[in-house]
Amino acid sequence: MPLSSAEVEKVALLSRLLLGEEELRRMTAQLGDVVEYVRQLDELDTTAVEPMAHAAELSNVFAPDEVQPSLDRELALANAPKRDDECYRVPAVLGD
Amino acid sequence: MMADTAYEVIIGLEVHVQLQTQSKLFCRCSTRFGAPPNTQTCPVCIGLPGALPVMNEEAFRLALLTAVALECEIPSFTKWDRKNYYYPDLPKGYQISQFDLPMSCHGGLEISDAKGAFPDRRVRILRAHLEEDAGKSMHDEVAGKADSRIDLNRTGTPLLEIVTEPDMRSPQEAKGFLTELKLLLTYLGVSDCNMQEGSLRVDANVNLHVSTPGGVVATPIVEIKNMNSFRAVERALAYEAERQYQVWLETGRKKGDVPKQTRGWDDQAQVTRGQRHKEESSDYRYFPDPDLVPVRVTPAQIEEARQRLGELPAALRSRLQSDYGIDAYSADVLVNQGRLLVQYFEAVAQSTGDGKRASNWMQQDVMRSLNERSMVIGDFPVSAPALAELLSAVQRDEIDNTRAKDVFARMIDDRCSASDAMAALGIAKVDEAQTVELCREILRANPKAVADLKEGKQKAVGALIGQAKQRNANINPGRIKEIFLDLARSEQI
Ligand SMILES: [Zn+2]
Repeated sequence: MPLSSAEVEKVALLSRLLLGEEELRRMTAQLGDVVEYVRQLDELDTTAVEPMAHAAELSNVFAPDEVQPSLDRELALANAPKRDDECYRVPAVLGD
Repeated sequence: MMADTAYEVIIGLEVHVQLQTQSKLFCRCSTRFGAPPNTQTCPVCIGLPGALPVMNEEAFRLALLTAVALECEIPSFTKWDRKNYYYPDLPKGYQISQFDLPMSCHGGLEISDAKGAFPDRRVRILRAHLEEDAGKSMHDEVAGKADSRIDLNRTGTPLLEIVTEPDMRSPQEAKGFLTELKLLLTYLGVSDCNMQEGSLRVDANVNLHVSTPGGVVATPIVEIKNMNSFRAVERALAYEAERQYQVWLETGRKKGDVPKQTRGWDDQAQVTRGQRHKEESSDYRYFPDPDLVPVRVTPAQIEEARQRLGELPAALRSRLQSDYGIDAYSADVLVNQGRLLVQYFEAVAQSTGDGKRASNWMQQDVMRSLNERSMVIGDFPVSAPALAELLSAVQRDEIDNTRAKDVFARMIDDRCSASDAMAALGIAKVDEAQTVELCREILRANPKAVADLKEGKQKAVGALIGQAKQRNANINPGRIKEIFLDLARSEQI
């Protein structure tokens, strides 16, 4: 097994996903398959290849510092599950 | 006291500075503070699908300028990463930040205290990187509703995170570092450093090196948050050091025995309180942001930034001392007031040729007047040439220092020149011959005083000066004292 169920449980927690026992078993197997698949790349010898930070051979793409109109607030808030006239509303954020 | 000698405080700081741009870091929404909630957002900064961030050129320029001023190494290649965590004020579910290839690292800032509150020290900068800000959550207390309200106006505002090495050894030093850093950033014009508006935020990492018979032991590192002023930083660190020492005495726990703790400063209660456990760095699952391309910096760009730095506070302090013969403390006071006030001072000092007098007047009269009126030097009604005119009159003994302060007050109130203010106060330039004649008259009327003066009883001159001042308020008491003494001695009455 490339991944332990404890590792998957931790990743699930960080992603705020609650997995049942059966889901955890299934995800551990499926995620393990994905990791195993990607691991095939390890077979390549990359010692002479310079690491890339980006797939595109581009750098220094900038925009000038000029303000442009923002979204209308009604539009910005339109998809919020819960809102009032001005803000998104979420369950209480505590302890910060 | 035992507690003062038994341990050393080890402090490192993380400072987030909002860079003074018009628009956000990856979109063109305004960064203006105080707008109605959620009126400065767009698909990019609220993380709608398909939106593409593009780096703000000015934000990178300001970050580079700051990094150069902090004497950092600027790698030729830098990139942006996603820092993943879930929090309601972070709409994308990740913050665009820099992980393993920050835009600058390994710099330093020299700090000192003109009054010697701590030894001169170079605080090393571990790294400074460019990242985006999160939004703001407000707990809604109204009607007992258990909701938080989220305003995303601040989301995506450019921040420079400056991380120091754990080089500070007292709360005073930490405050000294912050004061010097803020001054530097203000001189560079990269941030307004307004703590009330969140333009400058400070977290501190602190632990103790406790001396024990078995050697020095490090206590667990605690991160302190929620410090809303430099004074709060100083107090929180002092409190935390003592708290950690007590915990050490009770538990003997060392660094590594417990996970890193985060504590918040409660300014009302003046205590730190435990907060949630922080994620480990690996829990953030950093990876390169595929939406942003890297930035390459050339030596020419770094050199260009260096050229744009201008004279920075440390260099300015020493130049003011050598150019104008003022002491370290005075130079510090002037430089701390900002570049404009220093320019004003230099104009007055150059015009009068008397740096010390100019410095005294700046520190006592000008700065006090500015404070009283909650004014900045740019709006001050007395211009540098006008103050120079007044101080030159004092230098030429046309008026004395006390009278000059009346004239100065009048110049502020009437927004007029020194000569107009003197005229308004009835201060005319006193003719030397007239003064001598006046002194002769008074001496002739006071033979007893003349006799005393001849015997060397200088006390007698006080009453004579009083009489002379009554006859002409504008004469300079120092000058007529000399005249009285000369005349009495020479018997030319
Ligand atoms: Zn935006």
